[in-house]
Amino acid sequence: MALDNIFGIGGSALNAQTVRMNTVASNLANAGTVAKSDAEAFRGKRAVFKAILDEQQNSQDNNKGGVKVTEITDDPAPIKKMHEPSNPSADKDGYVYLSNVNEMTEMVEMMAANRSYQNNVEVINTARQLMMRTLDIIKS
Amino acid sequence: MSLFDAALSTHAKSLSARSQRVEVLAQNIANADTPNFKARDIEFKKVFKNTLEDTMKTTHGKHMELAVDDSTDGMMYRIPFNVAFDGNTVELNVEQAQYGKAAAEYQATVNFLQDNISGIRKALRGE
Repeated sequence: MALDNIFGIGGSALNAQTVRMNTVASNLANAGTVAKSDAEAFRGKRAVFKAILDEQQNSQDNNKGGVKVTEITDDPAPIKKMHEPSNPSADKDGYVYLSNVNEMTEMVEMMAANRSYQNNVEVINTARQLMMRTLDIIKS
Repeated sequence: MSLFDAALSTHAKSLSARSQRVEVLAQNIANADTPNFKARDIEFKKVFKNTLEDTMKTTHGKHMELAVDDSTDGMMYRIPFNVAFDGNTVELNVEQAQYGKAAAEYQATVNFLQDNISGIRKALRGE
């Protein structure tokens, strides 16, 4: 039956959006961190989504279709350095390395994830209603 | 048995075709943020024709074939109004509208089935 697949599809999307929301929360929490070197500086994280297609399905997966998070990548934006010799994490030249997180972008990302989550909740709700209606056929 | 077949088979088959379409649309909405995902849709007529193969046969040379091509299972890629720059062709508003419509169509089919069943029930009771 196709309708109960929707719970799997919608559920996988809810899961993916939650991961995305988590990366945003982590980015915002770490936006103000400073580090001793360019390599150690915090880089914004992004969840990468991939569609689960029927033909790539392996038999252990019980839900058909949906979306998954394949990896979490670093934001490639350059790291800014700031001259702040009084900071305990400053390097020998007195520089600290800031994170490359842009708060505005993160807020937008959070709203987008939020909306997508709500969308998928609606999809699941509608599918549930359709299933209940179908079960009620017997009562007619 | 033919009474039940005649009363229920068409709508029962269309119910399965309709639930397939709801699933494909749910898949599109789930992948609204997936890079390079191409939105798909099912043409109801094609799926329905495949499920109804035996009832829609042409029995005479002068009969016209149902003008659909059998080569696909009815699954097609949606042509987007605008392509997002990550290659995703899901347009959420379109998908939401289609999902709502597909859900309404599903409920309509359920209603038809319900009517048929209550009709049969009345006939059996002799009311």
